[in-house]
Amino acid sequence: MLINVNMAINGKAVSGQVEARTLLVEFIRDHLRLTGTHVGCDTTQCGCCTVHVDGKAVKSCTMLAVQAVGKEILTIEGLAKADGTLHPVQEAFREHHGLQCGFCTPGMVMVGVDICRRHPKADEQTVRHELEGNICRCTGYQGIVEAIVDASAKMAGGQA
Amino acid sequence: MENFAYHTPASVADAAKLLEAHEDAKLMSGGMTLLPTLKQRLAAPSDLIDLAKVPDIKGVCRDGDELVIGAMTTHAEVHEHALVRELIPGLASLAGQIGDPAVRHRGTIGGSCANADPAADYPAGTVGLGATFVTNKRKIAADDFFTGLFETALEPSEIIVGVRFPIPVWSHYQKLRHPASGYAVVGVFVAQTKAGVRVAVTGAGPSAFRISAMEEALAKDFSAKTIENIKVDAGDLNNDIHASADYRAHVVTVLAKRAVAARG
Repeated sequence: MLINVNMAINGKAVSGQVEARTLLVEFIRDHLRLTGTHVGCDTTQCGCCTVHVDGKAVKSCTMLAVQAVGKEILTIEGLAKADGTLHPVQEAFREHHGLQCGFCTPGMVMVGVDICRRHPKADEQTVRHELEGNICRCTGYQGIVEAIVDASAKMAGGQA
Repeated sequence: MENFAYHTPASVADAAKLLEAHEDAKLMSGGMTLLPTLKQRLAAPSDLIDLAKVPDIKGVCRDGDELVIGAMTTHAEVHEHALVRELIPGLASLAGQIGDPAVRHRGTIGGSCANADPAADYPAGTVGLGATFVTNKRKIAADDFFTGLFETALEPSEIIVGVRFPIPVWSHYQKLRHPASGYAVVGVFVAQTKAGVRVAVTGAGPSAFRISAMEEALAKDFSAKTIENIKVDAGDLNNDIHASADYRAHVVTVLAKRAVAARG
């Protein structure tokens, strides 16, 4: 039996028909073809599938599409401005070389934005601690941590 | 995972009716344990009853000498809530040590306690603070709630609506965190309450338990040295690839001492 679902993704109203068991990440990738959100471990550990639901980072492999009905979802595709201007966290990842193969990057950036939301001017220790739900197998995290610390400082400065 | 029928009842009473009507139904709160369990096909319920649309079982408020936390309150909300930080900082700290930030945005206190994972953090906090579980049918003392490995005193159609925590004089949680899963290899919650000292342990045994010998010693002299020679019996503890029972028994005392020492 298919269930009608509707939600806002990256500011646009979307709808579709899913099984009850369809994961949010499956709806995002397979139904909407927004393939920037990745599936790494599929067991809530690696964080590659991180998206924002009503402004908070969650792992979309461990949420059902039906649980997202009526909610606002933000994926990596919705982060940059329409004219292509990168989000400060994306820009910082580029500046600090916060990626190598890029597989974990969408999740890292989305959780990075969430860290900046909760920790203005976050220090290195805070960022390392907050990244415990996101796994990178290339970089050793150094550039990722530097990028988020820098973005957090710049975003907090911009707000003041 | 196998498919299921999905329900979003608008009240606790409706959720209870659905539970009674469908023999193989499961309640879902944050789904942080349940959805992985379904993916691994360790469970295949006919119906999932999602409590997300039930009002009034989410949030934190003070009621006299108690802090009341709704069952659907997430770990992140407990961790960040000003009232919890002010009145029971040990509990706010505990909530911030569960899983990772994204998990804490979904997982709930009611779901964690109902699941009764032997390595979950909340069992130590609820037992350590002498909390009371409020269900749709009755009140259950935390001491009587956790009955075994993934076992609770909850009846089949009973639903946790909230947890009432007596505001302690002081409390602190110490945890040896498994580096991969984030679960407690051992967690010890120590509280000085109006009813006396309480020491509760999670992760070490099949379910959370108290150490009365430490509680009695600390009541006389609240110092880490008082309990340094009090050991729990390793024979009753978990023994797995993460830690032996002997190691866990040792760590229980180490963490209890650290918790007491944090009193300063």
